[in-house]
Amino acid sequence: MITLKAGRERSRGDARDHVAAAHAGIGMGPLKRISLYSLRHPFQASLAIGATIVASILQLSIPRLLGQAIDQTQTVLSVAGEGAQEALIWTAAILLLVSVARGGFTLVQNYFSESVGHHVGYELRLAFYDKVQRLSYSYHDRVHSGDLITIGLLDLDGLRMFFATGLVRTVLLAVLIGVGAWMLLSTDLLLGFLALSFVPFVAWRSSVAQLTLRATWLILQEKLSVLTRVMEENLGGIRVVRAFSGQKFELRKFDVASTDALELAHQRVMVRVKNTSMMTFSFFVAMGLVLWVGGNKVIAGEISVGTLASFLTFMTILQMPVRQLGLMVNSYARASTCGERFYAFLDAPVEIEDKPEAVPLEISKGVLRFEDVHFTYPGASVPTLNGISFEAHAGQTIGIVGAPGSGKSTLAHLIPRFYDVTAGRVTLDGQDVRDVTLASLRRSVAVVQQDTFLFTTTIENNIAYGDPWAKDRKIERAAESAQLHNYIMGLPAAYDTVVGERGVSLSGGQRQRLSIARSLVLKPAVMVFDDSTAAIDAGTEHRIRSAIRRFASDRVTMIIAHRLSSLMHADTILFLEDGRIVERGSHEELLALGGKYRALYDLQTRPTDDLEAAQ
Amino acid sequence: MSVVQEDERDVAAFPGQRPPRASVGSHRVEEEVFGKAYDPKTVRRIWAYVKPYRLKIYLSVAAVLVFTATQLAIPLIIGNAIDTGLVAGGDPAALTWAVGAFAIAVLFNFAASWVQETQVGQVAEHVLFDMRRAMFAQLQAVSLSYMDKTEVGRLMSRLQGDVNSMQEFLETSVISVGDLVLLFGIVAVLLSLDPWLGLLTLITMPVLFIIRIFWLPPAKRAFWAAHETNSLTAGAMAEGINGVRTVQNLDRQKVNFDLYDDKAYHNLRTQLTGSKYAQVMVPIVDSLTGISMATVVVVGGAMVLNGNLQVGVIVAFLFYIQRFFDPIRSLTMQYSIMQRAMTSGRRIIEVMDLPTVIEDKPGAISLTGAMDGSVEFRDVVFGYDPKRPVLKNVSFKVNPGETVAVIGPTGSGKTSAMALVHRFYEVQSGAVVVGGHDVRDITQESLGEQVAMVLQEPFLFTGTIFENIRYNKASATRDDVIAAAKAVGAHDFIARFANGYDTMLEQRGSNLSLGQRQLLSFARALVADAKILVLDEATANIDSYTERQIQKALEILLAGRTGMVIAHRLATIRGADRIIVLQNGEKIEEGNHDQLMELGGLYSKLYNMNYSSFDDIPDEMVAQANAKAAST
Ligand SMILES: Nc1ncnc2c1ncn2[C@@H]1O[C@H](COP(=O)(O)OP(=O)(O)OP(=O)(O)O)[C@@H](O)[C@H]1O
Ligand SMILES: Nc1ncnc2c1ncn2[C@@H]1O[C@H](COP(=O)(O)OP(=O)(O)OP(=O)(O)O)[C@@H](O)[C@H]1O
Ligand SMILES: [Mg+2]
Ligand SMILES: [Mg+2]
Repeated sequence: MITLKAGRERSRGDARDHVAAAHAGIGMGPLKRISLYSLRHPFQASLAIGATIVASILQLSIPRLLGQAIDQTQTVLSVAGEGAQEALIWTAAILLLVSVARGGFTLVQNYFSESVGHHVGYELRLAFYDKVQRLSYSYHDRVHSGDLITIGLLDLDGLRMFFATGLVRTVLLAVLIGVGAWMLLSTDLLLGFLALSFVPFVAWRSSVAQLTLRATWLILQEKLSVLTRVMEENLGGIRVVRAFSGQKFELRKFDVASTDALELAHQRVMVRVKNTSMMTFSFFVAMGLVLWVGGNKVIAGEISVGTLASFLTFMTILQMPVRQLGLMVNSYARASTCGERFYAFLDAPVEIEDKPEAVPLEISKGVLRFEDVHFTYPGASVPTLNGISFEAHAGQTIGIVGAPGSGKSTLAHLIPRFYDVTAGRVTLDGQDVRDVTLASLRRSVAVVQQDTFLFTTTIENNIAYGDPWAKDRKIERAAESAQLHNYIMGLPAAYDTVVGERGVSLSGGQRQRLSIARSLVLKPAVMVFDDSTAAIDAGTEHRIRSAIRRFASDRVTMIIAHRLSSLMHADTILFLEDGRIVERGSHEELLALGGKYRALYDLQTRPTDDLEAAQ
Repeated sequence: MSVVQEDERDVAAFPGQRPPRASVGSHRVEEEVFGKAYDPKTVRRIWAYVKPYRLKIYLSVAAVLVFTATQLAIPLIIGNAIDTGLVAGGDPAALTWAVGAFAIAVLFNFAASWVQETQVGQVAEHVLFDMRRAMFAQLQAVSLSYMDKTEVGRLMSRLQGDVNSMQEFLETSVISVGDLVLLFGIVAVLLSLDPWLGLLTLITMPVLFIIRIFWLPPAKRAFWAAHETNSLTAGAMAEGINGVRTVQNLDRQKVNFDLYDDKAYHNLRTQLTGSKYAQVMVPIVDSLTGISMATVVVVGGAMVLNGNLQVGVIVAFLFYIQRFFDPIRSLTMQYSIMQRAMTSGRRIIEVMDLPTVIEDKPGAISLTGAMDGSVEFRDVVFGYDPKRPVLKNVSFKVNPGETVAVIGPTGSGKTSAMALVHRFYEVQSGAVVVGGHDVRDITQESLGEQVAMVLQEPFLFTGTIFENIRYNKASATRDDVIAAAKAVGAHDFIARFANGYDTMLEQRGSNLSLGQRQLLSFARALVADAKILVLDEATANIDSYTERQIQKALEILLAGRTGMVIAHRLATIRGADRIIVLQNGEKIEEGNHDQLMELGGLYSKLYNMNYSSFDDIPDEMVAQANAKAAST
């Protein structure tokens, strides 16, 4: 595969350096920050800028040479002679040389400014990816994945191209317009003024236009992201759409979003057209003036035909860069808005990360403790967990029951530190989970999530996701324990079957078992099953349970379930209500207690008639 | 700050080695980007979207021609001004005439460029939106068996990337008509001004053509590779974002970072190669321009010197030379754009041509709330892969107003059977009959209105809780929504939010617990007010307590409606009138609670064992049950 061949010539350390460097400069303006960052490639950057200066000076000399050539043909008419012919050849030779050289320098300029852009893009992408992976659950809860993708694609692009389209172009324009103006004005003041008359107008117009375009573009981007979201959710939730015959409804949603965007897109076209047409027009008006006034000057004998011709060619050369002024302004505007968003993302505080003095987790006895744990979701007004305390030893099983929203998953998410407790602490073998390294902690705690997410890859790769080095045998054993092996072997491609997006081609229970197998590959000290057998029949579940009981002796197992048969064998069962433990004890103890657990048990075991009678 | 964690597993056991079975992003390789540049079939189909705007297109082509004509004229006018007005003492009147002509040309130029750009720009935007809408509409009808196999990201790239490259093509193609005319115009003008000098100057043109012919194939490959690696990198990034919770959960960050680094670095290399190919043409074009200019200066100069040529012609020549590589450059660019557009066009058409498979028959019946609400499976055979049936000759009938439970081990085909009631898929043989009509004779829309489903996996849209519960039932009032929420026991937790029913849900409802999401999707099905209610594990993530309350509320709400309930928790189906037991896609038992208990088969055994498994039942018992079912 291509990806594996790439990049042998560099070390992994480089990638980490890039990421660290991208984080430098917090608090700086985005333009300054990206400029400094681009200069991390000093060799390429200075080549690009140096070449730009030389290339533009060479380009400016071309009209001069052409004018000189024309004058040489004119002198020849009056003072005929061999010398004139020779002079022409010389001019032509220089012209050729200058053209070739200009081409070469432009190549250097373009290539190296693009190259800086590509390198910066590569490095920022790494920093972005790294950040995505490090930001904690609460950040990802808040921010729509589509918005993150926009930052990682569009905003990053705006930023990475700033060197080429902003900085290098600034140098180019400064030289071309500055030196060009000086050359024109010093040749003939009046004609120079006329020739340059379009410059301020065009510069102003194109800057205004680009800024307007930029502003509308930002709105457009927002509208387009709404449109994108409508399309994406429609396709992602296609079964819901079909189940409710919501196609027309969805099309209306699409039309609303689409019409909005189309209108703005139209506006943009109009702004753009109005300006390009006007800019071209002003350029030609200035050219007409130069032709007229200059022509009269030639007639009056004040200047030569060659000078006039060189003025006119100058103008054609200046036309492009002057128009580009607008692009340059746009590039600044774009880089600064993109940069603001991108760096805001990059600088977002990582709520959950290693403390500087964090040490790897050391598991000895395997004791999990919750000590008066409180937790409130960021932005929520009511606490989700209120004073949770319990302890579990290796070999023990903790069962958790409770109504939807009572805080069971939240509790489980505190153990591998997907969220940090608001008060109290969670410890493993006496070590606060906040004091150990995340990597070691998460490798010791496996959570089979309630909401199964599978990757669009083979069954084998999905099972091995947490341990890509696992031996085939290990993967098969995990699948066997999860009661999935037989099913997999019945598939035409067996373990190489690609599961559809998020696992659509599997039944609900098969998805859950795959996700169980994925966790069984690991050798954690704490294993949490968060309602992960809800879609699995009791019999299959029973067999999964007996299969994994073999490894259960050296780990804490936590089972969250609604079906009491799933957790009645637990050593301790916690009954959660509104984030509080309202009952605790073994199955028998809780039955004897005759409280809420008992009521739940009755509901699940006794026939309806008995229930009605009992009430 | 340590940015990336060291991973002991990696370093210890496999120093520096890539993990054998890990990847980020999908390993799909996009179809070739550069195909034929002209494919009449594709063009004809795409033309259908342009046709409504053809008058605008004709207008802008006309404007482009005028625009090109003025571009051709301007150097001529300047040259003429020099020759008639300036040399040999000068002629102010001729100069004034020339400047007048120049002014007229400029006015035309202005008007033409205005017309052309507004028309083309707007048409291109319109076509873009039209095509996107047509595709989106088509995707609403495409059969689920296709959608199951296709990644959302891939469809999104059709809806965005491909339509954009069509737009780019439309915008540039009108301009390239102008370029083509300009190219021939320049050649014609140069040759007519002075055939010899013209020929000499134009020699560089075929040279450029030849160079480009050699340059194009490798350059195309390089651009294609750059495009390809770029979208692969973007895909890997999107996957990293969407799966971030799982990545952190399984501590895959470090491995993924390294894999992503490989992809991004490979992308960097191909981008640089692409840049090289793009930029290498610059000095070539510049040198050729230099050669042409030098030729004009030397040869043309000598001719002026001999009095065979006027100096204004040289000026005009020099002006043209500066321009005449532009059309060649943009035309060859246009060629690639066109190739890309053809490929995009083919992909767009591919989407538009996707088999809907499931279509309303002409004269299909529209189901109304007046139908009886019965559901019948007649010898249904169905498989996602026709060779491997998931349902094998399943027959049963649900009478009007009945509630029937479908139970069976995981993967036995329960969800698939329910999908058939809604005609998500077409049966291979047999028939599914709803309200007395084969589902194939019913319009899909009316079927959807009469069958409400709670899907096994709750899906919520970004938006408020209210919008989610109401979904497409525009006639539902706020009270209806609240009543449904109360019935499923969701009202309490909704009311606890500061904004109540107007609380915004995050993506897929991630700020709710899974059970809460399930309750909302349950409420959504109630609001739909359908005759038949299908509950696929609708209470799997809900405690029995809440479930019992829901059941009680439903008894009143669903009086006279038909219900089909799938559940693994046997307590859930207690209220069912009849129970159907599926195993391996076969119906092995059917009857009401008492009948099944009396039968002494699977169900009774299960019921008595209460927590035992379907699979614990010996095979002979299954066979026995089957035999019994066959004989009755
Ligand atoms: N979209 C699909 N494409 C291909 N195969 C599928 C698809 N959906 C389900 N299957 C397969 O069809 C079989 C039956 O699946 P189905 O979802 O109907 O099972 P189920 O009885 O609902 O199971 P569960 O209780 O686990 O939800 C399974 O083997 C599954 O892998
Ligand atoms: N990411 C989040 N942001 C804000 N609030 C949340 C978030 N996740 C859950 N909540 C809220 O916290 C409460 C507890 O949720 P949790 O997921 O822990 O419930 P649960 O007990 O696991 O429920 P279930 O049985 O439905 O899975 C709920 O009221 C829920 O709305
Ligand atoms: Mg939960
Ligand atoms: Mg199912």
